[in-house]
Amino acid sequence: MSLTPDASGPLLTVTGLRKSFGDLEVLKGIDLTLPRGRVLVLIGPSGSGKTTVLRSLNALEVADAGVVELAGVAGAAPARIDFGAPVSKRERQVQRETLRDASGMVFQHYNLFPHKTVLQNVIEGPTVVQGRPRDEVVAEAEALLARVGLAEKRDAYPFELSGGQQQRVGIVRALALRPRLLLFDEPTSALDPEIVGDVLAIMKELADEGWTMVVVTHELGFAREVADEVLFLDGGVIVERGAPGELLRAPRQPRTRAFLDRLLRPLD
Amino acid sequence: MDWDLVISSLGPLWGGALLGTIPLSLASFAVGLVLALLLALARMSSIVPLSLAARFVISVVRGTPMLVQLFVVFFGLPSIGVVLPPWPSAIIALSINVGGYAAEVIRAAILSVPAGQWEAGYTVGMSRVTTLRRIILPQAARVSVPPLSNTFISLIKDTSLAATILVTELFREAQRIAAFSNEFLLIYIEAAAIYWIICLVLSTAQGRIEKRLDRYVAHA
Repeated sequence: MSLTPDASGPLLTVTGLRKSFGDLEVLKGIDLTLPRGRVLVLIGPSGSGKTTVLRSLNALEVADAGVVELAGVAGAAPARIDFGAPVSKRERQVQRETLRDASGMVFQHYNLFPHKTVLQNVIEGPTVVQGRPRDEVVAEAEALLARVGLAEKRDAYPFELSGGQQQRVGIVRALALRPRLLLFDEPTSALDPEIVGDVLAIMKELADEGWTMVVVTHELGFAREVADEVLFLDGGVIVERGAPGELLRAPRQPRTRAFLDRLLRPLD
Repeated sequence: MDWDLVISSLGPLWGGALLGTIPLSLASFAVGLVLALLLALARMSSIVPLSLAARFVISVVRGTPMLVQLFVVFFGLPSIGVVLPPWPSAIIALSINVGGYAAEVIRAAILSVPAGQWEAGYTVGMSRVTTLRRIILPQAARVSVPPLSNTFISLIKDTSLAATILVTELFREAQRIAAFSNEFLLIYIEAAAIYWIICLVLSTAQGRIEKRLDRYVAHA
């Protein structure tokens, strides 16, 4: 079974993204594009704005200005939100829902629905929101759960699962929406070190399959191996961007170098 | 002790409970919960006048005696041309009272659900209303069962006030029997016992509901 969108042309375009919390300017004009089937990794110190960028991509965070645009694919309309433009509440809500419909999100703390079983968590969006036939959705959900090794947990409640298992359900829940874009917000930061690899391996598989992904992470190994492009953010701006081989091995900017040094040699 | 009276009064007293107290409680609680949910949502609304109006209603309901509320509806409204029979008057007054108290319970329960649950709902494509209905309220329900059960138990006891506006229920039956038999202590203790039994049954039911809603929560 393949849920992979076809890989050609740019999918995501972000221009002039700005955001302040009170007096604090957390995003000072972010621009980026992401071709179909590519993986973009955002790195940077806490407070750099990387998570705010990611959350703006599906309008969980309401930026003050800037445009987020997702190209359409066969059978799915393009999605676009201009945060700075004055539009009616109703219109804004439609824009948000179109954007969210086109993307799937994986959270740091999983955010599974605790009152629903694993299977119910996965099929909630496809059946209730997308209105797809239940039998078809269940079959697809079961196949996806089997893929991440959780077939026998379909009727378990989230509290009965380990963190790693919960996060794998989180990934399956996002995939089941058949999104064009997958967003990961520090997906392994809350996990025990020995199971981080399981989740990263699944993400690598998805990347290899051609999913378009934006990942906020501190896992430099993952960035090096899987990313097509790495952005280093600090103080609300993109300080440096490039292929992982260059940016991670030979950063040009002193701030990037300092950050990577701290990450790789925390005790120095 | 007059055992004949105890036996012969059981019928009318339980009749009052089954035909008066219990249906009055159930109807008022059902209507009251709907009112409470609406009040809670209005109170949390970003539309300021709506939120202020809800605050005002909640404050008045909680700040005035139940008995006065009943009298306003039954004896007061007729002077502006609104004449309601005892039963509708009692249901209106009692359900508004429940609405005022339960609104704060429901509001607190909704606020206790982590923000990440709203976000997860949004990211699977749900609107605010759908997220509220399918994700937030079921989780809020679990938290609000114990305090809402207290509200319900208070309500059952408060229905005795409806005797003052001529609703035939347990307490009014007790007054009637006591008056002609002159056995005030016996009859009122009997009535008290029946209220107590009803509340005991309810507490048991509460325990079961809590257990059922707790099935998806880790137990330490």
